[in-house]
Amino acid sequence: MATLARLQARSTFVAHQYYYRNSVVDVFRKKEYDAAVKIQSWFRGCQVRAYIRYLHRIATVIQKWWRGYSGREEYRLLVKFASCAMKMNFYNAMAVRIQRRWRGYRIRKYCFNYFYLKEYLRAVSETNDAIREALEEFAEMKEREEKKADLEREEKERDYQARKMHYLLSTKQIPGIYNSPFRKDPDPWELRLQKAKPLTSQRSKVKDKHWVSPNSWLECTSARSFPRSEVLPPIDRKQCQGPFRDITEVLEQRYKPLEPTLRVAEPINELNVAREEFRRQEWMRNVNDNMFLPFSTYHKNKKYTPLMHSSSKYGPNSYGSRHFRDENPKKWICDKDFQTVLPSFDLFSKYGKLYSKAGQII
Amino acid sequence: MHSFTKDQSPWIPNGPAGVMSLLRPLLLDVVPTIQQTAALALGRLANYNDDLAEAVVKGDILPQLVYSLAEQNRFYKKAAAFVLRAVGKHSPQLAQAIVDCGALDTLVICLEDFDPGVKEAAAWALGYIARHNAELSQAVVDAGAVPLLVLCIQEPEIALKRIAASALSDISKHSPELAQTVVDAGAIAHLAQMILNPDSKLKRQVLSALSQIAKHSVDLAEMVVEAEIFPVVLTCLKDKDEYVKKNASTLIREIAKHTPELSQLIVNAGGVAAVIDCIGSCKGNIRLPGIMMLGYVAAHSENLAMAVIISKGVPQLSVCLSEEPEDHIKAAAAWALGQIGRHTPEHARAVAVTNTLPVLLSLYMSTESSEDLQVKSKKAIKNILQKCTYLPALEPFLYDAPPNILKHVVGQFSKVLPHDSKARRLFVTSGGLKKVQEIKAEPGSLLQEYINSINNCYPEEIVRYYSPGYSDTLLQRVDSYQPLTN
Repeated sequence: MATLARLQARSTFVAHQYYYRNSVVDVFRKKEYDAAVKIQSWFRGCQVRAYIRYLHRIATVIQKWWRGYSGREEYRLLVKFASCAMKMNFYNAMAVRIQRRWRGYRIRKYCFNYFYLKEYLRAVSETNDAIREALEEFAEMKEREEKKADLEREEKERDYQARKMHYLLSTKQIPGIYNSPFRKDPDPWELRLQKAKPLTSQRSKVKDKHWVSPNSWLECTSARSFPRSEVLPPIDRKQCQGPFRDITEVLEQRYKPLEPTLRVAEPINELNVAREEFRRQEWMRNVNDNMFLPFSTYHKNKKYTPLMHSSSKYGPNSYGSRHFRDENPKKWICDKDFQTVLPSFDLFSKYGKLYSKAGQII
Repeated sequence: MHSFTKDQSPWIPNGPAGVMSLLRPLLLDVVPTIQQTAALALGRLANYNDDLAEAVVKGDILPQLVYSLAEQNRFYKKAAAFVLRAVGKHSPQLAQAIVDCGALDTLVICLEDFDPGVKEAAAWALGYIARHNAELSQAVVDAGAVPLLVLCIQEPEIALKRIAASALSDISKHSPELAQTVVDAGAIAHLAQMILNPDSKLKRQVLSALSQIAKHSVDLAEMVVEAEIFPVVLTCLKDKDEYVKKNASTLIREIAKHTPELSQLIVNAGGVAAVIDCIGSCKGNIRLPGIMMLGYVAAHSENLAMAVIISKGVPQLSVCLSEEPEDHIKAAAAWALGQIGRHTPEHARAVAVTNTLPVLLSLYMSTESSEDLQVKSKKAIKNILQKCTYLPALEPFLYDAPPNILKHVVGQFSKVLPHDSKARRLFVTSGGLKKVQEIKAEPGSLLQEYINSINNCYPEEIVRYYSPGYSDTLLQRVDSYQPLTN
């Protein structure tokens, strides 16, 4: 029991010692165990790594080989395409050359001739220049003609003026207006006046007066038949000295319109005109213009023109008027001559020989 | 009394019916001179005013006139034809009233009279009646007036020729059938001979008649040309009288507008140069037919447009465009320039060198121009710009053009710049690139594509340099730069 008590008193201590001694060993055990594990694991690791390295090497070799192969395949494809493309480009370039030439040729030959167009435009511009010149000349000619006409007109007017003012010419005694003694030489009008012929009043306007019938009142009272002066007399004119009539009365009388008498109202040869008219109407209806002459005395001196049928160069043909028998005796039926069946009329044996003149042409 | 009414024609009557009832019995007077004076008075009254003319018609005077026209002497015929003319000239209804009372037959009989004065009065009346519309013209033609008018043209009196030519012109202007009737009567040969006559009023009428005939169809125009009017017509373009020039250029225009062959004929005869000189020597409305003629010739084909260009037509047209005050003449000039410049780059260049494009642009933009002018100048600008490769002329457009035109301008730049290095340099130095960068365009629109293609012609730093706000970005970089501290 004592041991038991002693043991029981030492149990905890023993327990602690037991535990302590086991655990000390355990500490080391763990350490040693860990160390052994570490060493082993390192070694296994080395093994495995070597194996993996080996595997890597082999895999790399395979992959290297495979990549080279596929790359070369790609490269071959690339080269093929590149060479195809190069060829196509070359062909295209050559085809373009050919097409270019062909297109140029076609356009030049069939569609559009550039040189012809240039030629045409040049010709057009030349024509234009020619037309412009011609038109300029034409306009200039017209101008010149107009100027000439103007000058001539002015010249004529001045001449006319000079003729009208002829009385202003200077005489030996009296110098005229244009020949003032204070001038060095006379005015050009003076020379003109010298050259001009004096104007006679009748020469100024000669118009042919066509005959107007007094029927047309409008024309009769025109200026042609009763010429009036252009200028009216001045308003504040002094009364002329002398026993003159009132001016209005005079003008009234002077410009009284024509009141033709009945005799004058008709033209003087009206009867002849009417006869002519009638004759014309008759003439229209005639077939033959020769007058019909009824009596033989009108034809007395006319020579008879025989028919062409019965006349020849040597005189009239006797067959048909003198004898009626055929010329050729072989055609005769019998020898004897024809006998006139009817004797001639006794009535006409005394024709023209009797006393009475009845029925005779006188 | 009659001389009183004759002299007092400007006097406005207070009762036209009253006057008519006074004059009407005088028409039936025994004395022939009273009849003539009454007719003359009626004519002068009707001539003055269309109310009076209506009163003449309503007063039933016309049948009496027509009836006695057939049998009276030549003075009465002249006076009666004068009345008919005076009534017929105011309106189509009055002219129809004259036709309805059977005056046409008697007028045609008057055309056969011996006295040239009667013929002149009758032809004048017929001309005024036929002037209004096609039905009246047809009525005149049906009465058989046309062969007699052609005979009248051959008479020696100038006044009669004038009136007959004017009557033929009035008849043939309405429709091709009427013109064909006139041609069938053999009018063209006589009219063509009379072009050489020195009288300018006659030439006016003759040229007007020929142009009215030629305007309807190609066949009629060819018949007029076959009468060998070229190159004689070109001398009429140098005439002193303005209206002769105008009618001559109208005739050439009517011939040129039908087919390219006819235009070619005119160009070959040197007509273009003559017309251009004529345009240069006139002002105002006289120029208008000449300008239109150039437009028509250039519109047919590019060779003809080139012929117009080498005849120095473009400077003349641009002068017209800038100095004419009236809008319709400017519109015609703009149209003609558009027709010339629209064919190829050569043509567009020829138009652009004369500095007309800015003028056209200003006309399009100005608010004072009429609508017609704006539309025509816009079309002309568009047509020319689509072919223009002459960059110095396009550059001003970058600055003041509205967006719809700017698109075309930038498009042209984008076509030319990729191929021409000198042009690129010039574009940069003149500030064009800067301006292009400043243009705002919607992404994806045509304008943006053009701008992109222009930007692609230049290295990037240049484009960035010229883009707006570049100086700001540079300054920002300066701000954000940390210098290296060693």
